[in-house]
Amino acid sequence: MATKKVTPTDEFVKGLWRDNPVFVQVLGMCPALAVSNTAMNALAMGLATTFVLLMSGLSVSLLRNFIPREARIVSFICIIATFVTSVDYLIMAISLELHRALGAFIALIVVNCLILGRAEAFASKNNPGRALLDGLGMGVGFTLALLFIGVVREILGSGSIFGFAVLPDTFQTWTVMVLPSGGFFAMALWLLIVNRLKQREVEAARQAQGVVS
Amino acid sequence: MNAPLIQPQTSAWSIYRAIVGIGVFCALVIVIVFQSTAERIKRNQERFLAAAISEVLPATKSTIAVDLGEDGQLVATTESLTLPVFLSYDEQNRLVGAVLAAEGMGYQDNIRVLYSYSFEQHAIVGFKILDSKETPGLGDRVEIEPHFIANFEALDVRLNDNGDQLNNRIVTVKQGEKNNPWQIDGITGATITSEAIGNLLNDSAGIWIPILERDAATIESMPAGGQ
Repeated sequence: MATKKVTPTDEFVKGLWRDNPVFVQVLGMCPALAVSNTAMNALAMGLATTFVLLMSGLSVSLLRNFIPREARIVSFICIIATFVTSVDYLIMAISLELHRALGAFIALIVVNCLILGRAEAFASKNNPGRALLDGLGMGVGFTLALLFIGVVREILGSGSIFGFAVLPDTFQTWTVMVLPSGGFFAMALWLLIVNRLKQREVEAARQAQGVVS
Repeated sequence: MNAPLIQPQTSAWSIYRAIVGIGVFCALVIVIVFQSTAERIKRNQERFLAAAISEVLPATKSTIAVDLGEDGQLVATTESLTLPVFLSYDEQNRLVGAVLAAEGMGYQDNIRVLYSYSFEQHAIVGFKILDSKETPGLGDRVEIEPHFIANFEALDVRLNDNGDQLNNRIVTVKQGEKNNPWQIDGITGATITSEAIGNLLNDSAGIWIPILERDAATIESMPAGGQ
């Protein structure tokens, strides 16, 4: 495969748009749909996941020559679970209310396939610097995607953003948007928009190629 | 398809070494994080509980945690109980009431609440949900619906003449059908949750209010301190 040299910026940027974990890879759907009922919950979940991605990516990358191929999955899961436990304690130390709002989903970060996926596909094959950039890019991409879903759901479901009312009291809130099914609606809406934009990008590239040749 | 995979066999020793090594590394990380956050988490929990107590009984200036002693009498305790009972004192160290935690099954999961009892009014005078996973937009309206919260401004929990049980069972009635001070005006669309709250309050108050009323005299003579 002919590959051009990947710059550190590419490593970071790919998670934001080209390989966005939620809108393109469609990974980590469980937290993305369950905890995005308000913008605040979405942001907190995204940041917690980013922390786990960064720390597990760094650890896996540092230990990559020490972990034999046969024991890699168990080792990765063990490392990921460690940082999920850590983030659980850290959130409790920051705010109990936030911990209460995120509920069981903090513990479930451990089974977010995005994190194991990055550990297996990237961190275990690259140096710590690149692993950190990849983790940061994917984490920020995940957080932004959750935030996008969360904002739509909170506006329609509660008439507010980050708890601040943005719609008049006369607005009849859509309860369905706060319920899990609302997550699917908001997700579908964003997938539609993102895919449309990506399609345009491809068409534009094709046209440009046509002009050149 | 059946071409043998030519990959070097990893020795069992290096697999053991990796797994034990990772285990030790992970244990170390968890211990460090636990140790460095334990103090803050404890402070957060105390602050959260203190804020919740003064929310359900605003006159509270200090509290004493109490529990049942071996002889069935109320005694002060320093142990942290899962469903604690606090006696609450005002600035002049006068007993103003009791704050109790109660738990019961809701629609989705257990609901944990904190409520306050006034010795003067013989009524539940404050209420707050500590933990619930009720359906957003339906069951969780018990936390915000004004007419539901108004139930707990003075919910009658008077004892019978013998002083051993509630004179009237706390019951949740349909929305708009509350006629008596011991009834809880329910929420249409959150029937199961509002009934669950009625039941868990009835169970908790049925046990604790007779004890609190019986031992009120001895409690009042306790030196107020605590938080």
